[in-house]
Amino acid sequence: MPNMSLTKLPAREQDPNIRNCNFEEVSQGYDEAMAIEEATRCLNCKHKPCVAGCPVNVRIPEFIQLVIQGKFMEANDVIRSTNALPAVCGRVCPQETQCEEKCVRGIKGEPVGIGRLERFVADYAMTHGMETPKPLPDNGKKIAIVGSGPAGLTCAGDLRKLGYEVTIFEALHTPGGVLVYGIPEFRLPKQLVRDEIRILEDMGVKIETNMVVGRSITLDELLNEEGYSAVFIGSGAGLPRFQGIPGENLNGVYSANEFLTRINLMKAYNFPKSDTPVQVGKNAAVVGGGNVAMDAARSAKRMGAENVYIVYRRGEAEMPARVEEVHHAKEEGIIFKMLTNPTEILGDENGHVKGMTCVEMELGEPDASGRRRPIVKAGSEHTIDVDTVVIAIGNSPNPLIKNTTPGLATEKWGGIIVDEATGKTSRDHVYAGGDTVTGAATVILAMGAGKTAAAAIHEELSK
Amino acid sequence: MYRIVTKRALHETVTLMEVEAPYIAKKAKPGQFIILRVDDDGERVPLTVAGTDPVRGTVTIIYQKVGYTTKRLDCLNEGDGILDFVGPLGTASHLDGMKKVAVIGGGLGVAIAYPQAKALHDMGAEVDVIVGFRNTDLMILMDELKEASTNLYVMTDDGSNGHKGFVTTALEEQLNAGKEYDHVIAIGPLMMMRAVVNLTKPRNIPTVISMNPIMVDGTGMCGSCRVTVGGETKFACVDGPDFDGFEVDWDEAIARGRMYRTEEAESMERKACNLLDVELQTKRGGN
Repeated sequence: MPNMSLTKLPAREQDPNIRNCNFEEVSQGYDEAMAIEEATRCLNCKHKPCVAGCPVNVRIPEFIQLVIQGKFMEANDVIRSTNALPAVCGRVCPQETQCEEKCVRGIKGEPVGIGRLERFVADYAMTHGMETPKPLPDNGKKIAIVGSGPAGLTCAGDLRKLGYEVTIFEALHTPGGVLVYGIPEFRLPKQLVRDEIRILEDMGVKIETNMVVGRSITLDELLNEEGYSAVFIGSGAGLPRFQGIPGENLNGVYSANEFLTRINLMKAYNFPKSDTPVQVGKNAAVVGGGNVAMDAARSAKRMGAENVYIVYRRGEAEMPARVEEVHHAKEEGIIFKMLTNPTEILGDENGHVKGMTCVEMELGEPDASGRRRPIVKAGSEHTIDVDTVVIAIGNSPNPLIKNTTPGLATEKWGGIIVDEATGKTSRDHVYAGGDTVTGAATVILAMGAGKTAAAAIHEELSK
Repeated sequence: MYRIVTKRALHETVTLMEVEAPYIAKKAKPGQFIILRVDDDGERVPLTVAGTDPVRGTVTIIYQKVGYTTKRLDCLNEGDGILDFVGPLGTASHLDGMKKVAVIGGGLGVAIAYPQAKALHDMGAEVDVIVGFRNTDLMILMDELKEASTNLYVMTDDGSNGHKGFVTTALEEQLNAGKEYDHVIAIGPLMMMRAVVNLTKPRNIPTVISMNPIMVDGTGMCGSCRVTVGGETKFACVDGPDFDGFEVDWDEAIARGRMYRTEEAESMERKACNLLDVELQTKRGGN
């Protein structure tokens, strides 16, 4: 008899007033008994709608049944057969719009906590000596992967399992992409990302850091001189957008990428033990309503800002951020200023931010994206006192690879054009996937794209 | 790890290092830079490629010991490794078509100006090199510059070499004497580059400057290095570091350059003991 509780078993969490002063993980997940209890809420449906909701098609009911039996290592094998980074996905996927959205239990009550169960299983396996998956014997073919974010890591893992010699080229000094520079420690511990990547390296995936493809080496050199049979581009969308309003270059104004890179990758929260500084004043405004904005705001709070504002031009219902992150941010005391848009950042005599002029907005008719278009409310101009501003209004793909690879077709906004079913670009033997194709999206969609491309590369090279 | 092949003090506060980095050595062109990180707690700092030896696979950097990271770097010796060393970054200088050029370097900027002067000289251009130092003790690369220039003018702030004044003094003298340049390239402190532009702009001599803003990644992903050029925001790490000197917003660039002065001082002060330890260890290790 399944557990018919209408609600998900809550995960253990740090108290909001303690966690907003530290960078330790907010959610502490399930223990064994909790995982088994939540797993028994799964009805083990025949038609498995949850699996279709997962971009990498994790065999969800199958692993959950193993959890019920306490066979956690076996459950881990089931998950890892299709998902290279389960400890990451269990934490950062927007399950509410993916697997859990499709869960039958969600029709009446809350869906099964699939993400929390996946996370539990992955964490359990890593601390209980899971064995490294064994790749097939080497097939003598070399594949180059550009970028070590979720798309590249997944593509690399899948191809290595099939026996390819896989080398990842990463521009930064640490692999992981947004998992290490973007998503903060309090949502995704970096040790865990290192452990996941270590598993890939143990399988034989090579990672070359400090290699900027387009500068240190070009894509054509990889194919023509270095002997790679195919290249997968998973270089993400790392070029920050600014609004183009006056005052954006004042001191104290950061792109979210810079702010989060300093804090996460360079460990500026540990300054001066870590050499990289970051400046967070008393009052900080974060412009935007996505997950990156939530991460920046919650980081600013942890860096000691007294008042942290989310300034977003639409309403809360339109915010693209995960519901759970918005909830966490509110618990931690982040102040939400909805339907508000900055028009100018104001500076003092030293060129440092001292305030921000904003206007209020109201929502009109839906625009091309289907969201109601914000319109300026007349006479609503006002100023808020802030000394730090973080711009988190989105990213575009970095043009470096496009500009140094003749014949690589891209959209006007910079996205690489691919055949959706295979990830194949306009260039022979060159595939792409993740944010560099779609623009900023989710970790799991990038992983799905990495998987698709790996299958297509294997098919091409097996002919 | 990137092995230090050669380490040579050019004078008390400026050091030259040749670092093993074969990909960069093969690719780097004048105007490009690298970013390095000394150790795991280290910050990423940009340094210009002062030369390459593609055969030996080495890249030359020249740095001034101005803060914690450069002092920490200077604790390393030949045979030691630098943890991270990435490049070549930035857009290479566009030197094609330049025939009569004044290349101007101030202080450590001389190390950055040298590869430009050498490239132009090798291309057959007429190159006047004007360099400035506070005094004769601080002069660097004199032999190299002599070889790479048609005329070399060396100025000292205190006149200790007999030519008192700034680089702008020498440039103005040449211009007043009727010397015609089709381009001026100025590399050094922001104040110096601005002063050069103030001379060349009224005379309408196209002037290329090399910006040196604060950088983090150096690949265009953060915008820490943004500068306003011709009213538009540019990222110096990908669009530059070379820009049209007439179009740069100097006041903004100067303010941005000072952003972390307090933290830099704190870093230096709080880690002074630590640094002393490292120095002692390396000295002991070397003996």
